[in-house]
Amino acid sequence: MTQNPIIDIKNVHKSFGKVEALKGVNLRIEEGEFFSLLGPSGCGKTTLLRMIAGFEEPTSGAVIIGGEPMMGIPANKRPTNMVFQSYAIFPHLSVSDNVGYGLAKKKMSRSEIAEEVNNALAMVDLVGYGDRSAHELSGGQRQRVALARALVMKPRVVLLDEPLSALDKKLREQMQIELRELQQSVGITFILVTHDQEEALIMSDRIAVLFEGEIAQVATPQTLYQQPVNERVASFIGVMNFLQAQATESADGGLGLEIPALGDVAIAKAARPEDLPAASIDRIGVRPEMLTILFDESDHAECESEGVVVGASYYGDMTYYSVQLPETEELTTVSMRNTAGRSIVASGTKVRIGWGADSIVLFS
Amino acid sequence: MRLTRFLSKNWLLTYAALYVAFLYAPVILLPLFAFNESTIIAFPLTGFTTKWFTVLFESTALHQAVKNSLIIGVVTAVLSTILGTCAARAMVRFGFPFKRGIVSFIMLPLVLPEIIVAVALLVLLMQLGFPLSIWTVIGGHVLICVPFSVAILSSAFQGLDKNLEEASLDLGETGWGTFRRVIFPLILPGVISSLLITFTISLDEFIIAFFLTGTDVTLPVYIWSQLRFPAKLPSVMALGTILLVLSVLLLVLGEWFRRRSAKQQGLDPASGGGFMQ
Repeated sequence: MTQNPIIDIKNVHKSFGKVEALKGVNLRIEEGEFFSLLGPSGCGKTTLLRMIAGFEEPTSGAVIIGGEPMMGIPANKRPTNMVFQSYAIFPHLSVSDNVGYGLAKKKMSRSEIAEEVNNALAMVDLVGYGDRSAHELSGGQRQRVALARALVMKPRVVLLDEPLSALDKKLREQMQIELRELQQSVGITFILVTHDQEEALIMSDRIAVLFEGEIAQVATPQTLYQQPVNERVASFIGVMNFLQAQATESADGGLGLEIPALGDVAIAKAARPEDLPAASIDRIGVRPEMLTILFDESDHAECESEGVVVGASYYGDMTYYSVQLPETEELTTVSMRNTAGRSIVASGTKVRIGWGADSIVLFS
Repeated sequence: MRLTRFLSKNWLLTYAALYVAFLYAPVILLPLFAFNESTIIAFPLTGFTTKWFTVLFESTALHQAVKNSLIIGVVTAVLSTILGTCAARAMVRFGFPFKRGIVSFIMLPLVLPEIIVAVALLVLLMQLGFPLSIWTVIGGHVLICVPFSVAILSSAFQGLDKNLEEASLDLGETGWGTFRRVIFPLILPGVISSLLITFTISLDEFIIAFFLTGTDVTLPVYIWSQLRFPAKLPSVMALGTILLVLSVLLLVLGEWFRRRSAKQQGLDPASGGGFMQ
């Protein structure tokens, strides 16, 4: 981590009356990062974003942007610009006037403004739409106008409040990629608020997961998915199976795991989280794609166990099987890629499940 | 027999037809007698004439009354719309101590009998030694017009997305600039509605004007004074006709303007902020 993050949030608390929205949040966001605030609704992520924008003041703690404390500095004096969830396109102005709205306050000639507006429209692929009025645009186009309106100000940080939630699935997926590419080409710090874990994984450099006003984990998408710090984060990001387990210390500093549903396995010292005593482990996690159904007699894995298929959900590219493993009441989800010539396993079929030490997620 | 059957089958239609007739028949009589030659207001009509209108144009007392009424109407409309805008904005956007009480006080003149307001104001002005003039009438009219303005404009403010204001601030605009560039253009239809309504209320308000007017009579007070002379009745009818035409024009104009701006913003013209829905 560098010495001077673009945004430094220090022990921020925020209360609305008796409701505590943020309970001591610390966060450092680096220049040029695509950073996501992820959490269920009501976790305080939007409050935190609005605090950075200047629409809310912290009850205590400090928000520092570019090294300057923002206490008492209103939204119109901050080097941040926001893309609102409702887009907040001014309905009485044309697309060009919307995009150029903030430039009117800067000392620029009319032709300079027109040029900047055109550049911004080109950036979001809306060349030739300048004269349209806001209500003639589709949802995706409004979203682009809102983005152009923020980018044209050349802010140090762009704040996005669930900008894609109103779009349909196909358009949303396309915009996720476009937004990511745009961020990389302009190099401005983006902070995205979202409740969609998939969206956060696709777009972000780093993600902060918030629950009830507290940060549970800050990590890259990969780390977050592979090494969630606790069961709550693990179940919020993707699908996670939880299984009973017992652990013993082994001689080499690793762990010996006894998982009644799967079998025994040894965890090497390197794969074991620091400060995790064996006695504190009672449950482990396994991602569905880390378990494999061994279809052929000749298929083998590092560890093998047996289960019975109870149901299957067909997703086209993937099939998610519900498998009854021994010594556990809950069903375990196993996902398999649908390769050529492989048919879906019928319910009631006894299958061999392949897994390994790498499949296991330990929670500290 | 056939009539009773028709009535029993179409009683709702009959009711509606009678209702409309009752409502508008007197209004139709106005232009009818305004162009009637006889000074006596009675059927049958005696012949077509425009002389009552000519009489109107030659009456200087009337001209003075019209001028007074216009000044009072315009100033009242502007003042009560400005006050109404401030009050409506505070009501919709902010929470403050004693909000409900304060709002009730602002809206109270809406249900207070005008005669009581008029007498109370007259007593107060007399006690203060304030001379009666068109300005005292304006004061009284603003008092009764502000609630209407607040009612119209609070619906305009309620239709305003709060994020628009935040977006404007976020883009570097000041609070005042945001009002000028975003809020005002968006509530403009409501402002125009409010101006027209309050102007119309002031124009035909009689009781307060009668009590507070002094020597500068307003148009309704002038009309009332003319009714004592039966010979002047037809020219009062002519005056009524002119006022009728003007009011309808004003309302149509206001509604046309509101619909046009609603359309520009891509809103449903039938919703929000208008008074002819």
